[in-house]
Amino acid sequence: MGEISALLASLNGLAAGLFLLSSFALAATRQVQGCLRFYIAQSVFLVVSALLLAFGLHASDLLAVAALDLAIKPIVIPWLLGRMVRGEIFRRREIDQVLNIPSSLLIALGLTLLAYFLSQRLPAPAGAMARINLPVGLAALLIGTYTLAVRREAVPQLIGVFGIENGALFVGIAIAPSLPLVAEMAFPFDMLIIALVIGILTRMTQERIGTTEVGGLASLKESVDG
Amino acid sequence: MILLAIVVLPLIAGLISVLAPGRTIAPLATLAASVTALALSVAAAASLVAGQPVVAVRNWVALDGFGALILLLTAALGSTAALFSWGYIAREKSARRLRRYYTNYNLFVASMLLVPVLIEPNLVWTAVELTTVLGVYLVAFENTREALEAGWKYSVLTIMGGAIALLGFLAMFAATSFGGGGPYTWQRLLMLAPAAPQGVLQVAFVLILVGFGAKAGLVPLHTWLPDAHSQAPSPICALLSGIKTTLVLYVILRFAAVLNVSASGSADVWATVVGLSSVAIAAFLIIQVTDYKRLFAFSTVEHMGIILTAAGIGGAAAHYGAVYQILNHALTKSFCFFAAGAALLTVDTRQIAAVHGLIRRSPAAGAALLLGGVAIAGAPPLAVFLSEFSILRSAIEREHYLTAGLLAAFVVIGFFGTLYHLNRMTFGRPEETEAGAAAARLPTSCLLTLILAGSPVVLLGLYMPKPLALLLRMAADGLSR
Repeated sequence: MGEISALLASLNGLAAGLFLLSSFALAATRQVQGCLRFYIAQSVFLVVSALLLAFGLHASDLLAVAALDLAIKPIVIPWLLGRMVRGEIFRRREIDQVLNIPSSLLIALGLTLLAYFLSQRLPAPAGAMARINLPVGLAALLIGTYTLAVRREAVPQLIGVFGIENGALFVGIAIAPSLPLVAEMAFPFDMLIIALVIGILTRMTQERIGTTEVGGLASLKESVDG
Repeated sequence: MILLAIVVLPLIAGLISVLAPGRTIAPLATLAASVTALALSVAAAASLVAGQPVVAVRNWVALDGFGALILLLTAALGSTAALFSWGYIAREKSARRLRRYYTNYNLFVASMLLVPVLIEPNLVWTAVELTTVLGVYLVAFENTREALEAGWKYSVLTIMGGAIALLGFLAMFAATSFGGGGPYTWQRLLMLAPAAPQGVLQVAFVLILVGFGAKAGLVPLHTWLPDAHSQAPSPICALLSGIKTTLVLYVILRFAAVLNVSASGSADVWATVVGLSSVAIAAFLIIQVTDYKRLFAFSTVEHMGIILTAAGIGGAAAHYGAVYQILNHALTKSFCFFAAGAALLTVDTRQIAAVHGLIRRSPAAGAALLLGGVAIAGAPPLAVFLSEFSILRSAIEREHYLTAGLLAAFVVIGFFGTLYHLNRMTFGRPEETEAGAAAARLPTSCLLTLILAGSPVVLLGLYMPKPLALLLRMAADGLSR
């Protein structure tokens, strides 16, 4: 039994590493399509970790969560975005990101260190797996926030939000595996509705203003000439 | 059962709005559903005040004092805004867009009604997130460049806040899940908090305060609020400013109560610092505004700060002040936005500098705007003054002199800032333009809304019905324990 749980823990460590790697990639990718791909990868590693935790902690609820996450995050949401937002955007590169790729990676690294430092100061959660998931999920949350702040295109901004949410859930599945199933089920559906509504907003913006570079919209502020 | 009916009614009206052809059925169904929901909410609150527990689904859907107050306000504003929408949105030429407005309106109201009746915190997170997301289309409804910009800023910042708060919610659950597999409710959270690991509780609360603070328009993540609350159609502004931000604050205050009963921690310092800085920044921004809808939007930031500061002061008197302020803010601010909407219909500009002598061009809109401004700024003897005064008094009683002094200073700055702008708009000589001569008459439903929404603003300062006072007392108790 001990061997199996050690194996599960190290597999979970691998999933966590890859999860963190996809967060880094999300922060550094320029292409919109690439962003979406790395989001899909990140979600898959979230599901893998949920499955490992389900076996490790004997939390059968997590199996249902993993199945629902697998259906919605890597499959339905990208499909939905592809349907609603015209394909041309996905081949686009972001011309002016606020910071270049090397500095983005450095900042992501700094945020990861910060996440480890913060989780050291918290009371250690029970279980080897949770001790891996806490700093990694926190790092993904911080990197997602950073990604959101520097993106100017609509779809990458949305994916930044999803990155934050994935980070929160990556911690959540480890520290709160006994969460009521109804609540767990509500989260992915919520993400689905967010994707739907933001997709509609993106299309409205595209039709009305002719661009999806929403970072460039800055006419509303306190000014006399406005 | 009554609680479920309250939430389902707007959903039915939403469905009717999708299906029914023409331009009249959708607003009619919306109005009927929201007024019925209001009547049911009053009934539910009344039986709660009479001492009967109101439970729809055990451990999931139920009502307590604090929830009942919020439910009542949501249903009331949902009704007045529906009535105002009737005349306001009628300008929309496309029947399809009109129906889409009402569909989204009903979904938005239903999600807001869901927040106070749910008692499982994780589901509350989902409901709050739904209110945010379902509001996006309504914020961007005007479909202008500015409205879309506002829609983006609103959705990106507030959904980000929601995602950050999610971690706080999960950590809160993790910290209190040692007590076995019992039902997880607000009540049980309060019971388990004293024995929970204090560090985790603190971190969870800060995550929730930062994340949901963005949704409630608290400094420093308030920047989206004036944009969204000025670009949306006026009835939607009334809902967003009057109750949507308050709903989020309601959840934050619930968690503050949890932290306050825990062994070491206290939310007081956090609440006071964030609350006071919100009041301060809003007060100075009010002086600079050039757009009268933004003026009211900043006043919302100010009021959210005042309520949070009151919660931070602590003690029964301050908590009573906080819930009283919630009541007054919801009623008065929604009235302000109805008045702003009426002014916008009359003069067709949002610029303060472009409007003079509004009271001569449209006595109703001018008088309403003036009343709203005077009331929301906190002039005696109107209700906002009473609640702000009671908060200040409780701060002095508890010897928080610095808090009291700063709060009083900022509130006074906000007061004069608001009145300075509104005075310029209301009085003076109107420009004699062609448009001014043919002053547009306000739609009847808008006039009716101004009267209906305005009367509690005037009366509540002079007379408080006894059941309402009892409900406020119950709501304040929910904050203290």
